[in-house]
Amino acid sequence: MLLFLLFPGLKANAQNAPLISGGVGLLTTTNGGVTYLQPVISPVAAVPLGEHLLVESRAYIEEFIAHKNGNSGPYQGDFFAGLQYLQLDYIAAPKLTFTVGDFLTPFGTYNERLAPIWISNFQDAPLIYPIGNQHGSSVGAMLRGAAFSNSHVQLNYVGYFSVASNVKQFQGERASGGQFSMYLPSKRLEIGTSYSRLLQNQQGNSTGVHLWWQPYRAPLAIRSEYAHGPHAQGYWMEAAYRLSQWNGPDSWLGRFEPVFRMQQTFRESPGQGDQLPAVNTQRADFGFDYHLPHEVRINTSYSRQFASTGNTNIWETTLTYRFLFPTILKGGSK
Amino acid sequence: MTRNILKQLALIGSMVSTTLVLAQTPQAPKPAGAPAKSTAKVDSTKQPDVGQRKFDANCGRCHSFPEQLSPSLTGTVVRHMRVRASLSAEDEKDILRFLAP
Repeated sequence: MLLFLLFPGLKANAQNAPLISGGVGLLTTTNGGVTYLQPVISPVAAVPLGEHLLVESRAYIEEFIAHKNGNSGPYQGDFFAGLQYLQLDYIAAPKLTFTVGDFLTPFGTYNERLAPIWISNFQDAPLIYPIGNQHGSSVGAMLRGAAFSNSHVQLNYVGYFSVASNVKQFQGERASGGQFSMYLPSKRLEIGTSYSRLLQNQQGNSTGVHLWWQPYRAPLAIRSEYAHGPHAQGYWMEAAYRLSQWNGPDSWLGRFEPVFRMQQTFRESPGQGDQLPAVNTQRADFGFDYHLPHEVRINTSYSRQFASTGNTNIWETTLTYRFLFPTILKGGSK
Repeated sequence: MTRNILKQLALIGSMVSTTLVLAQTPQAPKPAGAPAKSTAKVDSTKQPDVGQRKFDANCGRCHSFPEQLSPSLTGTVVRHMRVRASLSAEDEKDILRFLAP
């Protein structure tokens, strides 16, 4: 939108209006008896420039509200706001896109695909999420595309390089990495591998593999990832089954989606600040999501986490609304 | 404590087995994840068009059909998806044709 304010001569064609999308949510969590609330707004902006350029960004604005003394006393709130990514994409060739800026680190599948609150089945990211993701985003350049694609198979690649940055909204670590995946559209089966190397401080490699399967014959989604970092490894497996085979996806029953996720992490050596569990941890998440009309969704879940430091019950509820509308500045759109 | 763990395991086992059983049920009337709105655009007696198949095979793996999608936004949405999902130029055109026929 800022670009349209700065360059009012920019025109969009009939289908390329700049848009604001994203989600609004209210998240509640009770973890080990401590309850907190998080009202969240996560807007996404996408502004096409000409035929080959796209500027996109996602912000995260939230209030973290919790009891002042853990689980007693008055509630108090802390406000957080920041950009999750701000990138310029240049579609250079049919099978090559060049991206610069602050982009989501392409490691595994969760960070790029499942993290938005209007997409994720569970409120919490997987325990292994910190492995290879450089705190979620990287600042630098990225090449990506489909190396080969036909109706039977699609081979995708991503390669990136990130620089160290201490700018408040664009923090990054010096790192490089990439991803390669093979997708079979007719089976909706994907297998891929990720690699990341941190090139600053305690240098280390992270590797990962992912497997997704979403058969056409049933509204079932199975997603899984394994990742190995310098000090720990782990996996998560998630199964979601939408009950749409009973009277369709818009019936009261068909709007339910039971979800289950199993995850484990294994600590191999102390890793200060790596944001992974300090000891071996197992966790089972049982979710029950309900897809209301008009892009409203309610996710509820119960999780039991087992660790030598103590077992914990985690109850979570998320109410989200996904929105999508054009900006008022849409150039020459009809 | 042991009883609680056994209960948890039994619950996990029953969910996993139920999921696997349900996955083997007979052919669904339409592809999984097929957007309710998009199916309204297609004659139910015909096979889904190539654009819808590609939408289901790519975009529909993570999210449902955006209900509030207006024709003026389809190009922007598909360009975003082209980058995010590494769509080929041909896939982009087919999905765009499906979203804005």
